[in-house]
Amino acid sequence: MSDHQVFTAEQLATMDTIIARYPKSRSAIMPLLHFVQSIDGYVTPRGIESIALKLDLATAEVTAVSTFYTQYKSEPVGEYHVGVCINTLCAVMGGDAIFEAACDQLGIKNHETTKNGKVSLERIECNAACDFAPVVMVNWEFFDNQTPQSVKEMVDDLQNGKPPVPTRGPNTLRTWKENSAVLAGLSDGLANEGVQAGPATLRGLNIAQGQDKK
Amino acid sequence: MTKLTPVLSKNWNDADSFTIANYKKHGGYKALPKALSQTPDEVIALIKESGLRGRGGAGFPTGSKWGFIPQGDNKAHYLVVNADESEPGTCKDMPLLLANPHSLVEGIIIGSYAIRANHAFIYIRGEVVHVVRRLQQAIDDAYAAGLLGKNILNSGFDLEVTLHAGAGAYICGEETALLDSLEGFRGQPRLRPPFPAIAGLYAMPTVVNNVESIASVPAIIDNGNEWFQAMGTEKSKGFTLYSLSGHVSNPGQFEAPLGITLREILELSGGMRPGHQLKFWTPGGSSTPIFTAEHLDVPLDYEAVSAAGSMLGTKALQVFDETTCVVRAALRWSEFYKHESCGKCTPCREGTWWLVQMLEDLEAGRGTEADLDKLLDLCDNIAGRSFCALADGAVAPIISTLKYFRSEYILHQTNGGCPFDPIASTLFETAGA
Repeated sequence: MSDHQVFTAEQLATMDTIIARYPKSRSAIMPLLHFVQSIDGYVTPRGIESIALKLDLATAEVTAVSTFYTQYKSEPVGEYHVGVCINTLCAVMGGDAIFEAACDQLGIKNHETTKNGKVSLERIECNAACDFAPVVMVNWEFFDNQTPQSVKEMVDDLQNGKPPVPTRGPNTLRTWKENSAVLAGLSDGLANEGVQAGPATLRGLNIAQGQDKK
Repeated sequence: MTKLTPVLSKNWNDADSFTIANYKKHGGYKALPKALSQTPDEVIALIKESGLRGRGGAGFPTGSKWGFIPQGDNKAHYLVVNADESEPGTCKDMPLLLANPHSLVEGIIIGSYAIRANHAFIYIRGEVVHVVRRLQQAIDDAYAAGLLGKNILNSGFDLEVTLHAGAGAYICGEETALLDSLEGFRGQPRLRPPFPAIAGLYAMPTVVNNVESIASVPAIIDNGNEWFQAMGTEKSKGFTLYSLSGHVSNPGQFEAPLGITLREILELSGGMRPGHQLKFWTPGGSSTPIFTAEHLDVPLDYEAVSAAGSMLGTKALQVFDETTCVVRAALRWSEFYKHESCGKCTPCREGTWWLVQMLEDLEAGRGTEADLDKLLDLCDNIAGRSFCALADGAVAPIISTLKYFRSEYILHQTNGGCPFDPIASTLFETAGA
């Protein structure tokens, strides 16, 4: 660890509480990687070393896990990471055009970040919101029913420090690092914010309640 | 006309549906004391007898899975909930957990009691932060209410529940890859046997169940098997969530008895988008062979869909109209499987790359008719030749689109390129965006 600045005592203690959730310490490797991203923004060499030390693993073993999963980034992403679903259904319904519009508006390509570090872009696979297609995720919050125009405005707002509100998420859009902490299992107290369900989620229920009234 | 049957979705119209107070108001946590007053074996027998089958795709009877756990073996047992919902088209578990996470928590307590597990894990995909928030709060509130932890409701039964967020790997929805991932390794499938019931998480007896399967358990315990079996078909009992998406007027979640048809769901929901006709659809996600308009009346249960040449899968009804190029759809799904292949088995790792290259050529009009036979030959060398079902899923869209739309593949060649205008299949051409 001598080459790298170590994490604070508080951060190291948080790592211990994450490890304590599991019967075997190695299981904590994924939440610990999310936790490292919540501090450093991506999986840094010092993050790999700290996890290896904590779990009594070789750094190569931690790297092998980190590089398997697409949510762990080997270099910094933006404060706001925009994922455009380009799996078949979203792509056909407009995801391909939306991704192109986002690239044009930001002047970047897939897996790139704007020069000011604000916004990064990624083509993502199905995000389990197909009834709200075309879907865009920002920092893994849902932005439902998007169009090229809505996404152009969205990325402008992100660039200008006016983050838009997720469709089904908290009342304010949190940063990449803040949301990474939630994925590490550290609560931010925002669970009660936002809708319980979107209109498509309620479609069948509303029809069923109409059937009952007849 | 089949009536919809909201059970898991019945409270979703309440703005606070995700809270413990709202869940209790709608009868939640009433099944738990009923289950705890019986022996674990009685609970397993009841779920076995109910006919509940796994809602994650395979349709394996849930109670039988529980019954495979060896008893009195003095080993730790684990219940692991598969919340890694990532199959293209599948979008039922995430809205369920966003709106009603306590149905899962109550089901976990009952399931864990039945299989004598004192620690349960929920493996949730990592790309859904707000769902993680809601589920973590539900777990925390259940602890605070004495429904998790030591001596639950004075029954002597102890249970810890740990929520574990994945990090973007479709393969971790495969149960043995999920277990490797949960143990802190790359998510790659294991050779079976041994099955998880014998050597699962940490090599201990483990049940892996889908979210919807476990969330359905409290309602069955509370209302009884007669109530549950009054819904569904002979071998596919009960209610389930169908997810309608694509070129339809009103996409969404529809909780209905097993055996409802796509025609009925379309009639209930307002049909295709105006001015367009159904071309093809998936009954249960991209890994299930596609259907066409001739399958509109196939009862959507495990047997009938299988008899018609596909699989019920996750009941993800992705609907495409006549503006959609079927070759483009097959290519894009193939790109997905190539991206998500974990790399363990050569036929899948290398084969999915070849599939994409061939389909790129075919979509661009550079293919030949002989390529179609080569494509099928390639599929034959991928399916069934790998550790897990990802390889089988990868060939399903190709074989099935070739079965129903071979002439469209050839049209790309004679036309010298794709004959479809991709803008015509988007939603905003007419929406003024």
